[in-house]
Order: sequence, then structure tokens, then C-alpha cells
Amino acid sequence: MTSLIAIVLLPFLGAVVNGILSFSNSKRAVTFTALATTGGSLVIALYTIWRYLTELSPQPIEYVLYKWLEKPLEIQISFLLDPLSAIMLFVVTFVGFFIHLYSTGYMSDDEGYGRYFAYLNLFMGMMLLLILGSNLLVTFIGWEGVGLCSYLLIGFYYKQDEPPRASMKAFVVNRIGDFAFLIAIFISFAHFATLEYREILNAIATNQQLQDTVYIFGLTLPALLALLLFIAATGKSAQLPLYVWLPDAMAGPTPVSALIHAATMVTAGVYLLTRTNLLFQLSPNILKLVTLISVATAFMAASIAIAQRDIKKVLAYSTVSQLGYMFLAAGVGAFVVSIFHLFTHAFFKALLFLGSGSVIHAMEGEQDIYKMGGLKQHLPHTYITFLIGTLAIAGFPPLAGFFSKDAILAYTYDHSKAIYFIGLITAGLTSFYMFRMFILTFHGEFRGTEEQRKHLHESPPSMTLPLWILAIGSAFVGFIGKIPFTHYDLFGKILSPVIVKLEEKAVHHDVLHEVLLITLSVVAALLGLVAAKVLYSQGPTGDERLKSIITAPLYTLLKGKYFVDELYTFVIVTPLRTTANILWRFVDQLIIDGTLHLAAGIVQLISALGSFTTTGNLRNYMLYFVIGIILLIAYTVG
Amino acid sequence: MKFLELLTNPSLTLIVFFPTLAAIPLLVANKRNEKRIKWYLLVVFTAEFLLSAYLVTLLYLKDGIKYFPLVADPTIPWLPRYGIAYRLAIDGISMPLILLTTFIMPIVILGSWSSIKKHWKLYGISLLILTTGILGAFLAYDLILFYIFWEVMLVPMYLIIGVWGGERRIYAAVKFFLYTLAGSLPMLLAILWLGWRFSKAAGYWSFHYLELLTMLLPPQEQLWLFIGFALAFAIKVPLFPLHTWLPDAHVEAPTGGSVILAAVLLKLGTYGFMRFGVPLFPHVKEEVIDLILVLSLIGIIYAALVAWVQEDMKKLIAYSSVAHLGFVTLGIFSMTEISWSGALLQMVNHGLSTGALFLLVGMIYERFHTKKFKELGGLAQPLPLLAFFLVFSAMASAGLPGLNGFVGELMILTGTYIGGYKIYTVIGAIGVILAALYLLRMLKETVWGEYTGAVKKDLHSYEKMALFPLAVLMLLIGIIPSVFIKPSQESILQTLKIYSVRKNYPKVTKPLIIPIDIDKEKK
Repeated sequence: MTSLIAIVLLPFLGAVVNGILSFSNSKRAVTFTALATTGGSLVIALYTIWRYLTELSPQPIEYVLYKWLEKPLEIQISFLLDPLSAIMLFVVTFVGFFIHLYSTGYMSDDEGYGRYFAYLNLFMGMMLLLILGSNLLVTFIGWEGVGLCSYLLIGFYYKQDEPPRASMKAFVVNRIGDFAFLIAIFISFAHFATLEYREILNAIATNQQLQDTVYIFGLTLPALLALLLFIAATGKSAQLPLYVWLPDAMAGPTPVSALIHAATMVTAGVYLLTRTNLLFQLSPNILKLVTLISVATAFMAASIAIAQRDIKKVLAYSTVSQLGYMFLAAGVGAFVVSIFHLFTHAFFKALLFLGSGSVIHAMEGEQDIYKMGGLKQHLPHTYITFLIGTLAIAGFPPLAGFFSKDAILAYTYDHSKAIYFIGLITAGLTSFYMFRMFILTFHGEFRGTEEQRKHLHESPPSMTLPLWILAIGSAFVGFIGKIPFTHYDLFGKILSPVIVKLEEKAVHHDVLHEVLLITLSVVAALLGLVAAKVLYSQGPTGDERLKSIITAPLYTLLKGKYFVDELYTFVIVTPLRTTANILWRFVDQLIIDGTLHLAAGIVQLISALGSFTTTGNLRNYMLYFVIGIILLIAYTVG
Repeated sequence: MKFLELLTNPSLTLIVFFPTLAAIPLLVANKRNEKRIKWYLLVVFTAEFLLSAYLVTLLYLKDGIKYFPLVADPTIPWLPRYGIAYRLAIDGISMPLILLTTFIMPIVILGSWSSIKKHWKLYGISLLILTTGILGAFLAYDLILFYIFWEVMLVPMYLIIGVWGGERRIYAAVKFFLYTLAGSLPMLLAILWLGWRFSKAAGYWSFHYLELLTMLLPPQEQLWLFIGFALAFAIKVPLFPLHTWLPDAHVEAPTGGSVILAAVLLKLGTYGFMRFGVPLFPHVKEEVIDLILVLSLIGIIYAALVAWVQEDMKKLIAYSSVAHLGFVTLGIFSMTEISWSGALLQMVNHGLSTGALFLLVGMIYERFHTKKFKELGGLAQPLPLLAFFLVFSAMASAGLPGLNGFVGELMILTGTYIGGYKIYTVIGAIGVILAALYLLRMLKETVWGEYTGAVKKDLHSYEKMALFPLAVLMLLIGIIPSVFIKPSQESILQTLKIYSVRKNYPKVTKPLIIPIDIDKEKK
């Protein structure tokens, strides 16, 4: 499987070349390098995936590159190709390449063109490490590596105030999750003497003792590992309580939001959970936690999204919410569906972000939907593709989002009616905030400045082509999942070897139930659409009507994003900073140094009394000292 | 004249004293011709590096073995009556530190190229003698000799801070001097005591390290002697709460001084623990070991927090040193093979990344005449290459996987966990979060933001030459760490084996020579 190496190394090569090129002024060379490396990666990946998945019964393939560390802490750099990583590989290289293509148009006037593609290529390499790694370490290298690229790209427009702040926040908050990942690595090594996924999971699966009798920090070994990996996932995949970095991450260029903060990096946590699904299946309590956190995140983020004015902020909260759905699927034990939603979401959310980028591009950087409107005529391609994306995410059949979201809700229904109900309301909210944004952006009167109106234009083909490709994907990829009323489920069939089956969890609804669930989903989506249409057909004034319907305090709460950032600042950041200042000013300078100065003062006093015999002069002491050493050395040589 | 013989052959003695020899021509040099002195120093230190690399390679390849062996220079009796002798030896533990030292010295010269503006002659002599002191201390196998080299370092470093330092240089220099002296005097007493007790047990005096390893003392006595040694080492490291000399010394020291201090001098403390503190005193109470582990953890968290609120870039990096070295002592006193390998690697890692950071502060200072965050910002715009190196080094320092710092932290914490200190591992890992906190704040305040200054000059060629090798090594260690760790493993294993053999020996009530075949263990 040397092709895996090529797939991973090509983007790294591109990053290095573009990094060097960024110091010169050769845009064409940068474009070529960026597209050739990621395109090459895509072609090899497609070929590899095709060859692999068309085998009769694909077995996991491992490729060891070299030994990173040797005994007693033996860790190797190695890759694993199995159905799960094959699917992720497809998502990353496919969406990744088209976003690179889109970026050549979107970023064409930016002075940091070379730097941008160096970062973006580096990201691709790191993301591929993350998903192809056969052990926790390689995944972790990718995991923090994509975090670095995310940091660099969020802060890409470093001259402004917001991006450097947002990028720092993203990295630090992610580090809290990474901390848990690190602990998981230590524990895995201490108990299994390996970090290889397959060896760890095998050891747990075959050794009942490891499952039941090893308690660490009060949890069984699988439960503790599951908990730690989930904490790691809440950082990277923006779940409660660590989601706060993702909305701020929108300070980066829009294609970055599409690639990193929607389609690929933020789904890494979902991937990790599925990769280690045995641990979770053995720990019902942790799965319960996953369910609660995810449904709360999905609902909360969706409710925030209905009151935002920034087009990218709406999409960011939407992403948080959709990631919540993915974790919800995992929480109720439907790991296949979780990855399926990851798969469909990658298409329609990347499409929506790129579409918003096309809008922002046309509006000369404007992101406030209050100042848009009526863009339908000016941006026909963007309009239609954006509509497809909106319908897909809202869950209208037969678009991709319908299949995956409906499957999640069906599994949740089996699990708990209350959580299903929250999930259903969230689906309605999703439809509402998406159409609110869609209508305010594309319909009605243009509300921008005259200058902006003159500038309005459809984006170049390098940008609209990726839009169409992703739109086609958003429209049709749903069909490879489970088709309602049938037993046809290609996606599930591909993924099934990866998911451990402790008990049969497939949904066996009778037709009536299935009809009911689908009807409820569609009704929720329709209600959202109709409500948005009714409220916002006259433009942004709809927000006033929304406010009067849901009451002013609640509206303020949603608009203020539940004031979570303010809460964190008040409860964590400020106290921590105060503590740090106290440690420095009080402990370091006053107590420790004060004691020293006092001691020195006393010594000085005593030496002053005894200075009849000694000079008390440091320089003289040093002189004696040096003379002494010279004499000693002279003695040796002689 | 065995000494002269050693000096004229490739030997440890030559590595140690070559810099001192090279200082002699400087004595008669014309001090006005600074350019020539600079070039001379660069050539000398490069030659020294090549010499040490050559010798290490030679020793490594000699027997065609996998691990770096214990190799000693011939012994020269000195005060035979008291068993004091001139003994140098190198093994897998000291080897990386020797190479780190000789590698960093030419870079120090490059880093001082334009920042040292006066008395180059004296500066050069100080650096050369300092190098002899450092290398000697790493290689001495006689405790008296070790002590002498240890003290030799003190004077040149005092001068470097006191003569070429910033505004409060005298305060910082005296603080450094007194702190170190306060630690080294108890160590001298402990060393003398050891030799005397050996004479009681064996019938003759000895300060030979390997011989002292065969002597076991009553636990209570071990404790007192350990405290004597530990105080000196803990101040050097520095371990909380003995660290307050370090921020002052760093802030006032010139760039070159800061680099040496961070990259090499601090490592003498941690090296001292590995070489002497742990193996010589195996019966020190668990509570004391625990105390040091706790102090290390406090250092990791405390220094990280204090670093976070600094307003001076150099002070931030100085406190980050305390946090990083906390990881090293954590690894050492967890007493596992993995954590020791990690600790040794982390000593080198810290030397590279913090060395680079101090160089970069110096370069910024030369351009803007300030290290204060509120007067800096947006450097990525006029100085992209400097910004690149700053981000790169900060990421290495923050333990980003793929770069060097991560490997050390991973090994230390894994070892700590395996050593049974689970809670300590978790607390230590919190330090990894905090490292991101203060290092990214540093980047935000310096690299990012709007640039309002007028300076446009990116890195000079000599600055690139200083930073580039450091960055390459940081990357290489991150990608292929086993190449750097493997040579040292055998020595670490043996040292820990000797430690555990001594530890498992029944406790004694009076000095006793125990039947332990050091030579065999040390093969």
C-alpha cells in the first residue's frame, strides 16, 4: 500500500514548496503546486479506494513506514486502510481538492496567496495523517497538526484585531481536548504496551478482565478511554462545553471555514469515536453522556443560529448543531449513521460555506445578511446551488441531508422518545434558520450600498465549478445510505466490518412507524420553511416579529449566544489571570525574593561587623577563587 | 606529562580544554580588532563542535555496537593521598549534552555578532573558559574535579551578565552568583563527607564516582548528603521555589548569555540529579522523592501561569524555562527508563527551542530596542522569516507533535504514568495546555497584529545561520526521535539498574562497600 504514502506525502510536499514560494511572487507556481499535489492525492486516493472497496471482502491493510520510537516505548508511524478510513479518505481528498480549486479564485487578489496555500496544503497532509494513522500517535500528530493549520488559517488576516484573538482561542480551547487525548495515550500504553487501534481493541475484546476489573480513576478501562477520547472530541468537534472556539474561527478566509471548520477537521472527533466504537459500546454510561451532550449541543447551537446576522456565524452554529447530530447518532449506538451524516454534511456544508464565500466575494467582504437581499438575479449559480444546499441541510427528501438526518432521528426514537423530540425540534429550527438566512440573502430588495450593487457579480468558474460539484453531491449522495422502506443500504454494508456488533441494533420499524417518522421529519422541515417565509418575506424586520413571538428576554439570550463566552471569561479566564498575577507579584516577588533579600541583608550586616579581617568585596573573593583554581591546575600539570 | 599527551590526541581532555587553549591567543590579540576576534571565535567554536562530533562518532563506531559506551580518558593522579584524581569519562547520558553544548556555542557567537558591542576580547575569553567549565562538569568522574568545573562556570557567567547585561545587570549577576554559591557550598561539604566516609569503609580515600557507587551509607546520612547535592542541583535547574534568580538573570543577560544559560547551564542541575543525586543516594525517603515530584509539578503549573502574565518577552521565556525543566525533574524522579530517556531528550529539546527563542528575542531587541509586548506587534508583516522562526520555535516549545518538544513530554509523562504516579501525570499534562496559553499569547503580542513601526530589515545572513540549524534539529528530533534516543538508552538502563541494585540492598548502619560490580553493570 505504498499509494497511501504518496497520498499523504504529496500535500506535505506542496506545503514545503508553497512555503518557499510564498517568499517570492509567483502566483502561477503556487496555484500549480497546490492543485497538482492535492489533485494528485485525490486521483491516487480514488484509485486506491476503488480498488480496495471493490474487493470481495476488503481486509484492513496496514502499512508501516518506520519505527518512530523503539522499545521500551515502541511506536511506529504506520497507516491503516479499512472501510472507515477509505470513506474518510474520499471525503478529505475530494472536498479538499475542490476547495483548493475554489480558493485559487477566492484568494486570487490576496497578497498572502502563497502563504495561504502552504497552510492549506499542510492541513491536507495533517488531516490525512489523522484519518489514515493506524495508531493513536499518528492520529494525534495529525490531530494537533490540523489544529496548528486551523490556528494559522483562522489568524490568516493577522493585521486585523479579531483573527489573532480567535486563532489563539481556537488553539487553546482545542488543547483542553488534546490534554484528554494525551492522557488516553499514556493509559493505552501503560495497559496495552501499544497504541495500535487494532491491537488495543483486540485486547479489550478478547480479555474480559480488562473490561471489568481494571479500574482507573474510578472507571473501567474501556470507559475511561472512551471518556477521554470523547473529551478530546468535544474540543476538536466543537461540542459542549468546548464549542466556543468554532464560531470565532469564522475570522479565517471562507474556503477555510468550508474545508476545515465544516467538512473535515471538525468531524475528526466523530471519526475517532467510530474508530474506537468498541470502547463506547462497552461503556453505556459514557454513551449516555455522549447522547446528552450532543443533543444539548445540537439544540443549543441551532437556537443561537436563528438570531445571528453574520452569514458565516449562522453557518458556524449550524455546523456545531450538525456535529451534535453526528454525536447523537454515535450516542445511540448508530455509528454507521454517524459517519453517514458526516459524509453528507461534508457535501452540503462545504457547499453552503463556499456559497456564502461567493456571496461575500460579490459583496466586497460584507457578511451581514441585513445588508444583502435580492442577490438571486446577480448570482444565479450561487443562488441555485445554495438553494440545493439549504434544502439538503433542512432535510427535504430526496436530498442527502434527509437520508442521514432521518436515520439519526429514527435510531434516536428507538432509544428515547424525549431525546427524539428534541432532535425533531432541532430539525425544525435548522430549516427555519437556514431559510431565514437564505431569504434574507437572496430574496427581497437589495439592502447594501450603491457601490456594492455596482460591484455585484457572479464568481469565476474556478469558484462556481466546485459549487456545482458539491451541489450534485448534496443532491444525490443520500442514496448510498439506507433507503427507507427497503433493506438497501450500501453505506452500512461498506462500513459494517468496522463496527463491532455487541447486540443487534438495527431499526426494525414496521412500515407505519417508518411513515410516521418520515412524515414528522418532513413536517418539521416544512414548518421551518413556512415560518421563515412568513416572517422574513419583508426583510430583516422579521426579526422584530420573531422577537415578539418568542419574547424579548429569550431573543436577547439567543442573540447573545446564551452569553457563554461572557460566562467563561467571568468564571475561568479572569480568575486564572488574577491568580497568575498574584503568583507573580505576591509569591514570586514578595515572598520568595523578599525572604532572600532579608537573608542577604542580615548576612551583609554580619559581614559588615566582621569586615576588619575581610574586605567584604565580592571582586576580591572572586580573584582569590580564580587564583586558587589556576594553582590547582598548575599543580596537576606539573 | 600525561595531561599534555591527552591534549595532543583526540580525547575528552582535548574537547574540554581546547576552548581554554584557544583563549590564550586571544590574550595577546588587539582588542580593537573586534571583527577578527568574532571570526576567530566562530572558527574556534565550530572546530570544537566538529572535534566533539568526530570523537563521539569515533567512540560510537569503535566496537560496532548499538549503544554509546562508557569511555574514560586515562586517569591522572592528583592528590593520591586523598584519592583525588583527574578522571574524565563519557557515556550515553553525558554524550548528548556534550554535543548540545558544542553545537550551541557557534550559534551563541552568531547570536552575539551584532548584539555585543563592547569588550569582545573579554567576552570571547569568558565564553571559552565557560565552555571548558561546562564540558568538564559533564565529563568529570571525580567528584572534586566535578566541583571545580562546576565553580569554574560561575565566574565567566557572572561576568557575562554583569558586564554585557541590561540596566539591572549588577543586581541580576550578584543574585545569580549568590544563589549558585549558596547551593554549591553544601555540595562541597557533601562531597568531602562522601570521600571521608569512603575512607572509613574501604580503608583509603576516594572521590572516584564509580568507586563511590560501591559504597552504601546509612539512610539518614544519605538523606543529608542528598540534600547537600540536591540544593545545588535544584538551584541550577531551577526547581520551584529556588527559581527567582533565573528570570532576573535572563532578562539582564545579553542574548548569548541567555542562550547558554537556558540551553546548557540549567541542564547541569538535571544532569547532576541523574548522575549523582539519584544513583548515589538510593535510600532517600520516599517522601523526599515525592516532595521533588510535587515541586516539579508546582513549577510546571506555577511558572506557566506566571509566564502567561508577563509583559516582557524575555521574562515570559525565562518562566517558560522553569516550567519546561519541571517536566525534566518530573521525568527523572519518576525513575522509569522511559521517563529518563524522555528527560534526557527534553534537556536537549529545551536547549534547542528555548535557545532559539532567546536568539529571536535578541534579534527583535536589536531592531526595536524593546522586549515589551505593548511596544511590539505585527512583526509578520515586515519580518516574515523572523516570524516564521518565532512561530516554529514556539510550537516546538509548546510540544506540538512532529517537532521535538512533544517527544520529550510524551516520554516523560508516559514514564511517569507507568511509574505509578497517575495523578501527577494528569497534573503534568495540564502544563501542556498552559504552555499553549502563554506561548500563543507571546505570538499574538509579537508576530500578529498591525505593524506600525518603521524597521523593515528581515534576518541577516548570520542570523539565518544561527536559527536554521536549530530549526532543522527540532524538526528531525520530532520526526525520527529514535535516532536521537537510542544511543543513550543503554547508559540510562545501566544507571537505573545500579540505582535499583543499591536500593534493594539491605539498609546499612555504617558505611559499607557492597559487592556490586560496577564495571560489569556499566559495560
